[in-house]
Amino acid sequence: MAQLASALVTMLLGVLGCAVYFYGSNILLDKVFPTKSGPAQKVARNLRISNTIRPWLFLGPAVLLLTFYLFYPVIDSIRLSFFDRSGDEFVGISNYVWLFGSDEFFESFRNNMLWLIVVPTAATFFGLVIATMTDRIWWGNIAKSLIFMPMAISFIGASVIWKFIYDFRSGGDAQIGLLNAVVVFFGGEPQNWITIPFWNNFFLMIILIWIQTGFAMVILSAALRGIPDETIEAAVLDGANGVQIFFKIMVPQIWGTIAVVWTTITILVLKVFDIVLAMTNGQWDTQVLANQMFDWMFRGGGDFGRGAVVAIVIMVLVIPIMIWNIKRANAEMEGR
Amino acid sequence: MADVKLTHVKKIYSNKVEVLKDINLDIKKGEFIVFVGPSGCGKSTLLRMISGLEEISAGTLEIDGQVVNDIPPALRGIAMVFQSYALYPHMSVYDNMAFSLQIAKVGKESIDQQVRKAADMLQLTPYLDRLPKALSGGQRQRVAIGRAIVRRPKVFLFDEPLSNLDAALRVATRMEIANLKDSMPDSTMIYVTHDQVEAMTLADRIVLLSAGNIEQVGSPLDLYEHPANVFVAKFIGSPAMNVVPCRIEKTGEQTQVSLSSTVMVETPIITGSSEQAKAAFFGIRPEDLLVVATEAEGFLSGQVTFVESLGEATLLYVTVPGCEEMVIAKQAGTLKTQRGDTVHLSALPEKMHLFDDKEVSYRR
Amino acid sequence: MIASSKRSPLTYLVHATVLFLVVIWTIPTAGLFVSSIRDKDQLSVSGWWTALSTSEQRIVDRANGPKTQTQEGDQFVIRGNLLTNSSAVITQFGFSSLDPEAFAAGTLAEMRNGQTLQVMANGDYALASPAQWKGSRGQRIFYTAEVPPRFTLDNYREVLSAEGLGQSFLNSLTVTIPATIIPILVAAFAAYALAWMRFPGRALLVAAVVGLLVVPLQMSLIPLLKSYNLIGEFFGVGSKTYVGIWLAHTGFGLPLAIYLLRNYIAGLPSEIIESARVDGASDFDIFRKIILPLSFPALASFAIFQFLWVWNDLLIAMVFLGNNEEHLVLTGQLRELLGSRGGNWEILTASAFITIIVPLCVFFSLQRYLVRGLLAGSVK
Repeated sequence: MAQLASALVTMLLGVLGCAVYFYGSNILLDKVFPTKSGPAQKVARNLRISNTIRPWLFLGPAVLLLTFYLFYPVIDSIRLSFFDRSGDEFVGISNYVWLFGSDEFFESFRNNMLWLIVVPTAATFFGLVIATMTDRIWWGNIAKSLIFMPMAISFIGASVIWKFIYDFRSGGDAQIGLLNAVVVFFGGEPQNWITIPFWNNFFLMIILIWIQTGFAMVILSAALRGIPDETIEAAVLDGANGVQIFFKIMVPQIWGTIAVVWTTITILVLKVFDIVLAMTNGQWDTQVLANQMFDWMFRGGGDFGRGAVVAIVIMVLVIPIMIWNIKRANAEMEGR
Repeated sequence: MADVKLTHVKKIYSNKVEVLKDINLDIKKGEFIVFVGPSGCGKSTLLRMISGLEEISAGTLEIDGQVVNDIPPALRGIAMVFQSYALYPHMSVYDNMAFSLQIAKVGKESIDQQVRKAADMLQLTPYLDRLPKALSGGQRQRVAIGRAIVRRPKVFLFDEPLSNLDAALRVATRMEIANLKDSMPDSTMIYVTHDQVEAMTLADRIVLLSAGNIEQVGSPLDLYEHPANVFVAKFIGSPAMNVVPCRIEKTGEQTQVSLSSTVMVETPIITGSSEQAKAAFFGIRPEDLLVVATEAEGFLSGQVTFVESLGEATLLYVTVPGCEEMVIAKQAGTLKTQRGDTVHLSALPEKMHLFDDKEVSYRR
Repeated sequence: MIASSKRSPLTYLVHATVLFLVVIWTIPTAGLFVSSIRDKDQLSVSGWWTALSTSEQRIVDRANGPKTQTQEGDQFVIRGNLLTNSSAVITQFGFSSLDPEAFAAGTLAEMRNGQTLQVMANGDYALASPAQWKGSRGQRIFYTAEVPPRFTLDNYREVLSAEGLGQSFLNSLTVTIPATIIPILVAAFAAYALAWMRFPGRALLVAAVVGLLVVPLQMSLIPLLKSYNLIGEFFGVGSKTYVGIWLAHTGFGLPLAIYLLRNYIAGLPSEIIESARVDGASDFDIFRKIILPLSFPALASFAIFQFLWVWNDLLIAMVFLGNNEEHLVLTGQLRELLGSRGGNWEILTASAFITIIVPLCVFFSLQRYLVRGLLAGSVK
């Protein structure tokens, strides 16, 4: 109960503090430079001043937080990657030399590439297929809602769910994992799926595909509904069949949205960490960069230099998408 | 209640595009001024500069003798009615009208009194508690006007207020605005539209803009009868005035021009002798052309290429030998004339227009 | 659209395929839920899909010790009942691990030295011996029982108290609620400034926000951890505090929040804002009285996002709140259990269900806003 009370108080304080800042600073500004009455020339001057100051009152906290939590760390990570495990001594590029010489890195890099190819592709593909089909049936919304549901489940929760599916009982015991039960039912040999090197990666990827397909579906479904009916009707009159309409008329019109979905999932994949941590913790050849980085941060007191190097590899992989995003946003701004 | 005076006003955007070039305009207290022009001519920008929503790049704007370039909109004594009405969707009609007074910290009773008075005047009293989305287009328009009235502005600004209404409602609301003006004879009103009918029916004076310049300022009939240049001539009136390139053959009290090797016209417009043999433009409004029975009675002959019967009038598109563009003649009622017929056209000399090679009218 | 106008075999194929996919997508979660309310003994020996059928369990148990023996005539007898669950039925029993199903229930089994064992279907057993029973431990009895399906909330009771999930639930709430509200406030103001206010550097800031949108937060962890240690030392409060994690979640959530809200706020009709300006409202008035009420849908959808993200987060909580019992959030607790109680499915399934139940409720009740937010962020 005491915890609940103190939690409530801290919550209130946190939220109130934030509100007090915004109200206080703006009211103060209005008091110091009144703009609602007074002699015209003075008002004009005050207005100029407060119009210069106010944007920064609005933006201040956001800019500070972004700088402290995202911008500065990116710079500092680059610096740390040239320093030793405690971040005190400059060691040149030896962290990079270590990284590119380690088998573990190549294993995680290969796995990451696999994740990057398989997960966005599969999630987008399933999302598109399901979006197309559910738009045509009366219970489509219920189906969508159920397929979208895993989106709300944490990676760690999803890992428990799927670990249960992949569960393996040796010997003649009854299988309680669904996958092995199905295999046994069809006369196969039960397997300990998550320990089979290489293929176990795919069993982990299934979890993320399961989570992300709903996201792809929701967005692509909206894009499909945004296609003007006239173009489809024109194609029908031109004698196209369903498959041709889908690939030649509908898909090209939502190409931009497909790209957005694809890149969004790609970014998520690069950050994926919880699933690997929970399912295998990188054992049996399933290591990925994000988990490797986490490992180096905390393993044996932590090696900040090596952790930072892995972080930078992830960052470099993200940069092309970042540039593409900024270009797209700029084009949009000019379109306004 | 106020004069508005613009002196050498310019608007230049950061990318060096000059959307308004040296605007000089005197608007008198109580006048109803309409800015009209094709889209992109700068008329809305000019209005927004008067309102204070756009900065003035150069020149001065005076309201009531006071330079207001740097004064914020709320303190300029103006009120604005927007094209989309810009009602606050989450506030009731009452709150929409009261908003500006609440911001100005006017007392509750005074607000209530003013809002109810305006609502009464615009027949909005039964709707005061409704949200804008529960109103019809015409009612929303009235709320927008009401919101302007409660501020008791010196100058009313209207930015294409009727363009979101359907045709029937537009005529009705146009009349309401005209009535509003009559009931507030001291208020200055500035009204932007691209619709020449609104301009002609509402305005005391029309300001016709094109590509950032004022082409002509004058009463509606003045612009119709004495267009200062070809642009004004073609913009006012529907269908547009026929303007045919010509050559001045004889100057003096009566100017004689040749439209082609065969067509000669004599107009009662005075030209100086220096204009002799210059290229010029001859203009005649379609409704001023009359179909006559014989070639001798008219000054133009040609073959009918299209006939458009509108019921109350008939438009004849006539191809005149030697002229590139077809000449349009508007005749009252229905005609038996068919495509391919040859017609002869005449016009009263005083209805003729003549523009010099820079497209400026000779009749000044 | 086109296919729905005629009832072709293709339509049925579509129905069947969608049904198949929906089943695939829901079965994992359904399995988790069913398992979490099953009896833990049943859970570990049979698949959850058999939950409704009677299961056959092979169990080893010990009879009561020799202390409880009574003399009946010339026999020393030990009596008792094997079944704790009264509705189970014993079909077979035995006394040796070599042949645990040697006898049908009700028959009299001959053991060594004239000793006999009889186990009835209802679990009553009788061990009889001509000589006195010796030793301290009871005789081992193997039996096969048919156990009817049994559902229970015991698993939940256990994880909520013994495994500390109740505490974690509170921790999760303490982290999540401010970490949802603070970024909304901060981002809404920033989004308005970026959408409607004029100041130098605006375009650059927008580009920066879009760029930071994809920065992997792993990048930030090491430098931040160092900064937190410094700041914590300076104030003497330690580096792992709730304020610290709120601000961390705020910082990491801000790019998306600003981006989503800016898109929405910039899309509001400009004339409404200009009208307010003509009416004399300052930017602060406009923000409070016009923008905030009108942006409610966008604020709601971001709130749902951030809530799900913070509630489901493991990484930031592990780094900035640590692994000690009193601060552990649900996801962290679940991960601990996965390590320490990896084989105890009754604990894992119940814990997992507790961690996902709140987001699932939020998801199903506010799905409309979530979808709208997703679309605002992606489809343009």
